[in-house]
Amino acid sequence: MSLRIPSHILSALIATGFVLSMSSTAAWSADIDLAKMKVEDGLPKSLTGKPGDAKKGRSAAINRKKGNCLACHAMPVPEQADHGDIGPDLDGVASRLTAAEIRLRIVDPKAVNEDTIMPSFYRTARFHRVQKKWQGKTIISAQEVEDITAYLLTLKDKN
Amino acid sequence: MKYRTLYICTALLGFGLVVSCTPIVEEMTEVEKRAADPRNKTHMVGDKASGYVYMTSQTRDMQDDDIANPAFTWIDLAEEKWSKVEGKAGKSCASCHQDVNKAMKGVANKYPQYDPESKKLIALQVKINRERTKRMGAKPWKWESDQMLGMAALVKLQSRGMPVNVKIDGPAKPFFEKGKEFYNQRRGLLDMACANCHVDNAGNMARSNVLSQGMINGFPVYRLKWQKPGSVHRRFIGCNKQVRATPYKRGSEEYTNLELFLMWRASGLNWETPAVRN
Ligand code: HEC
Ligand code: HEC
Repeated sequence: MSLRIPSHILSALIATGFVLSMSSTAAWSADIDLAKMKVEDGLPKSLTGKPGDAKKGRSAAINRKKGNCLACHAMPVPEQADHGDIGPDLDGVASRLTAAEIRLRIVDPKAVNEDTIMPSFYRTARFHRVQKKWQGKTIISAQEVEDITAYLLTLKDKN
Repeated sequence: MKYRTLYICTALLGFGLVVSCTPIVEEMTEVEKRAADPRNKTHMVGDKASGYVYMTSQTRDMQDDDIANPAFTWIDLAEEKWSKVEGKAGKSCASCHQDVNKAMKGVANKYPQYDPESKKLIALQVKINRERTKRMGAKPWKWESDQMLGMAALVKLQSRGMPVNVKIDGPAKPFFEKGKEFYNQRRGLLDMACANCHVDNAGNMARSNVLSQGMINGFPVYRLKWQKPGSVHRRFIGCNKQVRATPYKRGSEEYTNLELFLMWRASGLNWETPAVRN
């Protein structure tokens, strides 16, 4: 089911401007329809053009009004009592996935698995009956996507 | 790891090293684990589990004891209402139905029901208000009022211990299908369907909550968080808002269809009204 694009082809596509056309600008539109683009190898570029801040990312991931990643994932966050077990433990995720893969899985995990329960944290289109106060909004900001990506990249396997 | 794990370790004495340590996971499904608790026996059937089995033992204690169960304050009031004359016709429920224990036995399984008059499904609450307005000439009750919650619970209490068994064929069929569609449709900014939580992830932890199968065989339930009983439509509103979706109104067609689908999902479980939930 996974339509993996080998990385040399991907770089060729980037070189020809194929992927570049959607990722070259610093300001991303949250309306980009990732599912249609089959960008299953990930999103290699920062959404803001700026690097993420892992420390801020850690707190945005914990914050119930932002990432609330702990609702579904265990993370190495001992000060929080309750961690969900709906998704995989994120400790060690940086040893399994690249920055590009992690970024895509936060922006729109449905581009990887359309049946997943995981919300698309940076998308505004293709929703049904979104409450008024959330219409046209994304769950987290582009910079928060970058910050959380930077934080997850610190979660490497210890052995 | 949430399952009991047996580690079989082979130590090679000659080298003084543990060469292989193979975990053999004894896969006990969530349902099997809960079924092992004798208290849960009458609250499970096949792979179906009432919300009861996901509750703490204190909450289950409250449900098991009618004196400790706060819902009975509302039910006692409804019992008084049952024989209280109200409205222009000078009648009470008892004037037509006599004894609530006998007259309302099994009625929990009859609603939501196809109504030829409106050509839609009607929930028990709608039926209760029709009795009040048409037969008694009394004022209707609000959906989530103390009177309505108490009366709906009193009626359903008369089916306690009977298996859920609802009619979904004949004219009810298209409404059932719509309810099923609702249940499986993703909604809200979090883009989740009821089934994502209550089918795919029942038994899993969503931060501090254990997700149940979202069964409705105990409604109206007394919810500790609400500090009062609540209707199943109130619960739907809560679950819709949780995923940042615009909820429907209590008593709406959408929620009534959904209620019929969920009654079918609970088929075979015993009626537990009034259940107690966190
Ligand atoms: C409602 C549940 C839910 C929430 C909330 C959630 N996730 Fe997930 N996540 C999952 C599930 C389930 C998977 C497993 C993959 C799948 O379903 O396709 C997953 C997979 C992942 C993966 C891939 C892990 C791997 O090892 O392949 C990453 C990375 C991830 N999530 C990060 C996050 C981050 C960061 C947040 C918060 C900003 C978050 N998730 C919030 C349910 C969730
Ligand atoms: C994000 C996850 C999530 C989604 C999606 C969700 N619910 Fe729930 N639901 C919960 C939680 C958490 C509870 C409280 C714990 C429990 O009973 O599962 C709950 C409880 C319930 C209950 C009460 C069960 C009981 O025994 O008291 C019902 C009924 C229910 N949900 C139905 C639904 C319906 C119908 C939908 C879709 C309209 C839905 N839920 C969508 C998380 C969810």
